[in-house]
Formats: sequence, C-alpha cells, structure tokens
Amino acid sequence: MKASVIVFPGSNCDRDAAVALEAATGQAPAMVWHGDSEIPASDLIVLPGGFSYGDYLRSGAMAAHSPVMREVVARARGGTPVLGICNGFQVLTETGLLPGVLMRNATLKFICKDVMLRVERNDTAYTRRYVKGEVVRFAIAHKDGSYFADEATLARLEGEGRVAFRYCDEKGEVTDDANPNGSRRSIAGIYNETGTVLGLMPHPERLADPALSGTDGAKMFLSLVETLH
Amino acid sequence: MKARITITLKPGVLDPQGKAIAGALHALGFGAVGNVRQGKYIEVEVAESDPARARAEVERMCEQLLANTIIENYAYELEAA
Repeated sequence: MKASVIVFPGSNCDRDAAVALEAATGQAPAMVWHGDSEIPASDLIVLPGGFSYGDYLRSGAMAAHSPVMREVVARARGGTPVLGICNGFQVLTETGLLPGVLMRNATLKFICKDVMLRVERNDTAYTRRYVKGEVVRFAIAHKDGSYFADEATLARLEGEGRVAFRYCDEKGEVTDDANPNGSRRSIAGIYNETGTVLGLMPHPERLADPALSGTDGAKMFLSLVETLH
Repeated sequence: MKARITITLKPGVLDPQGKAIAGALHALGFGAVGNVRQGKYIEVEVAESDPARARAEVERMCEQLLANTIIENYAYELEAA
C-alpha cells in the first residue's frame, strides 16, 4: 500500500501518521507539501492533525483551498481512500467531501485525553480488523471538535450507516457524560457516501504502538493494508 | 470599494462562546443582559468601482470562503473606499 501524507504549514501530526503508516505497510509514505499541485500515485491519502494555517478564519478553512487540496478532492471523487484525522477531518468538511462542521467544544476548552469509541461498522477499508460494536481507546487533542450538522443531514448519515465512530463509555454505552465535546449524537467520525473517505477527530496514530501505551489505533492502519495491499 | 462583512451563527446553532460572554457580563453586574451571540466582522477592499460587480464578488467570497453557510449567515455593506 502506497500512502501519501499531506503536510500543511501548522500540521503537527504528519510524522506520527507517517510512523504509524510505515509500521503497518513496511514503507515510508510520501510527504506532500501543501503548495504542491501533484500527489504521487497513492492507494491512500492522509490529511494529518495539527493547526493548518494557524486555524485562521475557521479550523481547516484555509487548508481546504490550498493548491494540493484540489488534487486531493479530485482523487477522493475518483475513489481513492482519504483519511482525515482531527484537523484533517476539519479540512474534509470545509472542502465539502464530508458534510457538517466541527465547532468549538461545548466546554470551550482544549481537550487532550484518551477517549473510548464504539466502532459502528467493520465492513469498510478502515475498520475490517475491528469487531462491530467493539470499544476502542483513541486519543483526542482538539478545541474545535464538536460535530454539528442539521437534523436532516444527521438523519441521512444514520440512515446510510455513515457514522464511523461514536464517543462512549468503557462499556460501549453512548452517554452524554462520555461525549467530550458536545458532538451531535456523540459522533466522532463519519464516512462519505461510498465509505472511502473517513474523517474523525480522535487520533488512531497516537495509540498505534505499545510504547505509546496503546495499540487500538494500529488496527485501522492494518485494516487499510489488508484492504488496499 | 470597501465591503464591511458581518458573519453570524445561524439561529439554533449552539454558541458556547456567546454563552460564556453572557455569563461574564452577568458576573460584572449587567443584569439586563439576555442572550449573547458572537460573530465575526471582516473588511475587504475590492478594486472595483461598479457596485453591482463588487456585490457579486463579495457574495462569492462569502460563499466560497469567508462564511461556512452550514452554520453561518453573512451580511455586508459596501462603501466607496
């Protein structure tokens, strides 16, 4: 599996993503600078976490219009899997590849901690190594992570099975207490219509190695390798 | 021309920052303060003397970048620069 990681000014999880990808695939991904208009042939494109363009205007808004994103949008529409983590999720919503918006956390605080997530589907390229309904531990680190979409959009996402992960407690119960940021319906991640584009606020790459005190995130990268070879 | 653009959250969209500001105003003794909503104000100079064309340009800017129309409304005034 050949992967590319897009690097924006202000990205700060690009190397974490590269390490997790290399551990899963055995080869280092291409690192593509935001000003480039060409991306090498890739089975997977990753938009990493961070604070692209200093979060000016709105998180992800400036990055969404950078030269490289035109090519990312074109590849995504052509079926190439695109994974947006944290700031990458914000960029995906700003480009319109995913619906909704990531708004300021309900607590108004930057939250950096591990959270429990329920895997809503395990029939996608990202989740086949998980069990449906499995409770996993990922890390979050964001201030603008409260997922918002209007009721019609939420109903469509639910109806089409496009909720990828929900915040939950250790038993897998989706409760208000387990929702760290006020996201509608405790949504932590969503897919596009075809399940090829995934955006999520939690960081799988931060718990993808035993040395990082957890490996639940590694299964996402191993799932991708298994699917995309 | 100069465009004075105001971007506000749509009704019904939760505004925790506005809520926090309302709380602070209450703490300062402004008992008459009700709901507070926070928005953005942006000034853009447009090298365009025809108001109709300037208007069209500003609207495209708002739609494409300045506002996220899923959660925000925008309004603007034009004035001769």
